[in-house]
Amino acid sequence: MEIVKTDIAIIGGGGAGLRAAIAIAETDPKLEIALISKVVPMRSHTVAAEGGSAGVITDKDSLELHFKDTVSGGDWLCDQDVVDYFVEHCTEEMTQLEHWGCPWSRQDDGHTNVRNFGGMSTARTWFAADKTGFHMLHTLFQTSIKYPSLKRFDEYFALELVVEEGRCQGVVAIEMATGDFYFIQAKAVILATGGAGRVYMQNTNAGIVTGDGMGMAYRHGVPLQDMEFVQYHPTALPGSGILITEGCRGEGGYLVNKDGYRYLQDYNLGPVVTEPTPKTMELGPRDRLSQAFWHEEQKGRTVETPLGHAVHLQLMHLGEKKLMERLPFISELAKTFLGVDVVREPIPVRPAVHYTMGGIQCDGTTATPLAGLYACGECSSVGIHGANRLGSNSLAELTVFGKLAGEHAAAFSKSNHNSDAGLLEKQAKDAMDRATALLNRENGKERVAVVRDEMATTMEEGTGIYRTGDGMQATCDKLDELRERYSSVQLQDRSRAFNTEWLTTIELGYMIDVSQAMAHSAINRKESRGAHQRLDEFGERDDKNFLKHSRAHYNADGPPRIDYGDVTITKLPPAERVYGGAAKKTAA
Amino acid sequence: MTEQRREIEIEVLRYHPEKDKAPYYQSYTVPFSDDTSVLQGLQYIKDQLDGSLTFRWSCRMAVCGSCGKMVDGIPHLSCKTFLRDYYPRKVRVEPLNHFPIVRDLAVDQSDFLQKLASIKPYIIRKKEKPLSEGTYLQTPAELARYKQFSSCINCMLCYAACPQYGLNPKFAGPAILSLLHRYNADSRDEGKAERMPFVNAEDGVWGCTLVGYCSEVCPKKVDPANAVNQNKVNSTMDYFLRFMSPRGAANS
Repeated sequence: MEIVKTDIAIIGGGGAGLRAAIAIAETDPKLEIALISKVVPMRSHTVAAEGGSAGVITDKDSLELHFKDTVSGGDWLCDQDVVDYFVEHCTEEMTQLEHWGCPWSRQDDGHTNVRNFGGMSTARTWFAADKTGFHMLHTLFQTSIKYPSLKRFDEYFALELVVEEGRCQGVVAIEMATGDFYFIQAKAVILATGGAGRVYMQNTNAGIVTGDGMGMAYRHGVPLQDMEFVQYHPTALPGSGILITEGCRGEGGYLVNKDGYRYLQDYNLGPVVTEPTPKTMELGPRDRLSQAFWHEEQKGRTVETPLGHAVHLQLMHLGEKKLMERLPFISELAKTFLGVDVVREPIPVRPAVHYTMGGIQCDGTTATPLAGLYACGECSSVGIHGANRLGSNSLAELTVFGKLAGEHAAAFSKSNHNSDAGLLEKQAKDAMDRATALLNRENGKERVAVVRDEMATTMEEGTGIYRTGDGMQATCDKLDELRERYSSVQLQDRSRAFNTEWLTTIELGYMIDVSQAMAHSAINRKESRGAHQRLDEFGERDDKNFLKHSRAHYNADGPPRIDYGDVTITKLPPAERVYGGAAKKTAA
Repeated sequence: MTEQRREIEIEVLRYHPEKDKAPYYQSYTVPFSDDTSVLQGLQYIKDQLDGSLTFRWSCRMAVCGSCGKMVDGIPHLSCKTFLRDYYPRKVRVEPLNHFPIVRDLAVDQSDFLQKLASIKPYIIRKKEKPLSEGTYLQTPAELARYKQFSSCINCMLCYAACPQYGLNPKFAGPAILSLLHRYNADSRDEGKAERMPFVNAEDGVWGCTLVGYCSEVCPKKVDPANAVNQNKVNSTMDYFLRFMSPRGAANS
């Protein structure tokens, strides 16, 4: 096993990890940084974000409004002190990206432009056409090359954290090309590993979005917080799950059912408007829109496609010029994957799992309960998304909290020393032995793809857009069974070099753990809030008992233990969450 | 789009560094429908037929740049190339040309990544403007000057297409020269002088012999050949102006 010593190890090279790395390098160029990622950074899933990134910039807007939109959008399960910090720092980060070269779309006078987004009360979403994540990621990646203190470990698969004396002190990784093990010893570790959308069958996520970082922290006793809140994006392509940005609706797109009817007016999102109107109709929040689809499907008013039921997203009325300028990638995706010309035809779309609101519990500084371990981006639950994230808050989150994680991890690394090398290496070797045992296992009966697909199917069935106690129980039971069967997964490939079957199987172990955290958090939340909606007797929000963060604690011998933590409410007391005409009335 | 399922033969190049002296081909029969991509065909093989087949992929929506392969001899993103277009013939899938093979369809990307890091692909300013002063102004016309070149997804298809890169691996190559041009053409950047040596070098723009196949295979219409050509002009100007200006043309 190779041993590498560094000051700070960052796991994950997407937007959050890169932003953290740059923050460390700018804080103190003498600190050594190891950036470990299972893909070359610009392949990370940030690349697929389309619509944009929030930041208050216009005269009509205010931090107060961004705060209110975020807290009410999250159905009051947000930590308001952290939301305050977040909205105060978004614009600065968007400006920073601009200085680093991000090709933001512009107004005629040269100022950056903003567009409308779901659940936001005014236009505050900065965008680079409809490839915002792609441009932010490449900008951060290319900028990161400036800093010589940053050493990248591209295509190194992070296997396990090393914890000694109650502090996280490094990570064991596999060099994918060779299968060789590395122990990367560090004084502080930042997890920036992204979400876990791949635990569901139909999702918008890249194949790499498997919750590894969540699983790694979880197995060391760090709670996973608010995991029952899984966002279904209302507009993805049927079958493939490919994302069709909310920006389509921000630019004025309509959603219609099989009768050509703008059905959202039936779900407290009206009145019908022809121009994009904040918080109204197609610009309602994602949870409400996905729920409306579910009801339309129940009523038999959706369109049948060979790949399942869908509704139609109409963009034709926007005209070719605007589509080419604002939505060129969507136009390309619709053409390539469905043969649809958006200038002339609607795009069939349906909800698909998109985002994990919850994640690794951390405080407003990104510190987890495990000393020396920080978490930022989608893998974390810093407290800003609550029960439903607003579109364009996650790209902003990467930068605001990526930077913060870098700064705090840098400070921690300077005031802490590593424990005895022998103790750390012993642990690293144990991790290596576990992974090697999986590789060398014989006579296992299970195939990794079979267990994976059964997991993704049961998650979809039991913990989907609408949930019932019985359905969730069936999923919890099924996950128990799959966890058992996972221990007899047999690899066909027993070699070392670039063995993706081996790595996929390690990922699946983490995915099953994360699924259990989601399903058990869900069944224990006996209310309906944001993205967690129950059809049984718990169909209403219950602030008395459940205005609380749920926390799943890992249990090696069975299902997780669930307990609860307080939500920080500072200035916006819980109220009814309203959109469309009703929202206007409330505001007036 | 139809539900009809047919079967196609996918012939894949295999090579394992621990076992094989030389690459060989292996054939698999894969069911497909009209919307099945070559990538999904490979995933079917991996999941159902042969867990040892190795290839990179991630976003499956043509933006992460991971899944480039030679498909019937032409560089393609395998996620946006469809089996229907090869049926009823078999389709052959190989690793990208001109790169060393790590295993099966996965190639060694390190040469590309080193080149990317060498050309200063970031905004260089003589004096940084404080964030408190806000963003730089950039008109849509100024944005349009580099926008297309900023759309490169680093999939390396253009390197697999480029005969010059095949002959001379030192050649900077299409995507890297496009990236360099992307920063030189950005109204916010003042680092052109620092990058011109890469452009002018023998392995810079002058390594290109104007085949143009790079632009043909580019899945994002970046048109790297255009970037290279604009830089041949820049390089020539830089050469002549050097005799006229004591500071060097690129600073002006």
